[in-house]
Amino acid sequence: MSEMSFDEINEKYFDVLKEIGNIGAGNATTAIANMLNLRMDMSVPNVELMEVESIGTAIGSEEQIVVGIMLGVETDINGSMMYLMDIPSAHHLVNRLMMRDPEYNEDFDEMDLSALKEIGNIISSAYLSALSGLTKLTITPTVPYISIDMAAAILSVPAIQFGMVGDKALLINTKIGDDMGINGYFILMPEGDSYEKILVSLGLPV
Amino acid sequence: MGQMIKVGMADLKVCKAPDNLTTIGLGSCIGIALYDPSTKITGLAHIMLPDSTAIRNNSHIAKFADTGIQKLFDDMIKAGANKARIVAKIAGGAKMFELAGGNATAINVGERNAIASKAKLKQLGIKLLAEDTGLNYGRTVEIYSEDGSFLIKSVGKPEKKI
Repeated sequence: MSEMSFDEINEKYFDVLKEIGNIGAGNATTAIANMLNLRMDMSVPNVELMEVESIGTAIGSEEQIVVGIMLGVETDINGSMMYLMDIPSAHHLVNRLMMRDPEYNEDFDEMDLSALKEIGNIISSAYLSALSGLTKLTITPTVPYISIDMAAAILSVPAIQFGMVGDKALLINTKIGDDMGINGYFILMPEGDSYEKILVSLGLPV
Repeated sequence: MGQMIKVGMADLKVCKAPDNLTTIGLGSCIGIALYDPSTKITGLAHIMLPDSTAIRNNSHIAKFADTGIQKLFDDMIKAGANKARIVAKIAGGAKMFELAGGNATAINVGERNAIASKAKLKQLGIKLLAEDTGLNYGRTVEIYSEDGSFLIKSVGKPEKKI
């Protein structure tokens, strides 16, 4: 068992975790581009290790309303992951999926929410399947849940999750461009010894 | 009108009238406002987790209900608040995602935060005047030192004063 704290692991293997983030986000982008038939260029994701207390402002103002999609991660590793995007990005994706006028921006109805969950599901699954491919671990996502609320309130969930084991959280920001940029964030929240499992399966000493 | 002073996540502050305190976007976290009506000394803590003793990495006092409320109470007294007159109002502790199964412990942390906060207030002999906790949405709170009123703002809902 590891003698290193969660924060020490994060710092020591930052580059590895960053690379996992890159590959996962790349996979997720391809999945979403295929589904919506978009030509998507993805910028290199920005991976940040930040203080738990400042995570509320990680993606803009604390009161900015964002869409958060969260799902559990099971089997060989345990935990959860979250995909966050701003409201214009969410409208853009739903409008593409529903083949609606791109300018449509009424409040999300039940259908829209369900579409967003599905988008979140596809993005997260693609991300996890990249992680699974790299580590040869079986990683199964659970049914996704959605929340549209203040960024700080949604981000309190990963903040608390990371806060239980340390003072730092790992956040991956991807900007997916087609004609309109889609600004999204991934947060993977491994529980217990799942972080070690990921690193060990990549052949790293923990 | 005084200033509106911001309290961050895992943070706590004490002020005197005419200044007021706010914390933005409480999700599963809890905002604990303490108020002494005789001196108008006001405090606000934004805690993230219920119990510092359950976690190895617990040096950050304002992160936990037990240590955070204690520190806020001590700071209020240091600032000149009358111990016997301090009252409390709390908000937050939402369940932002209806996640089931193995993640239940992490997800129910909002409820556990509310229970732990109330237990700590009781232990300190502080009367809880009002609360707005649970459900599934975020809250921004403002505590006003003039009269101890606690304003709660949420997305798509009318403002609430408790």
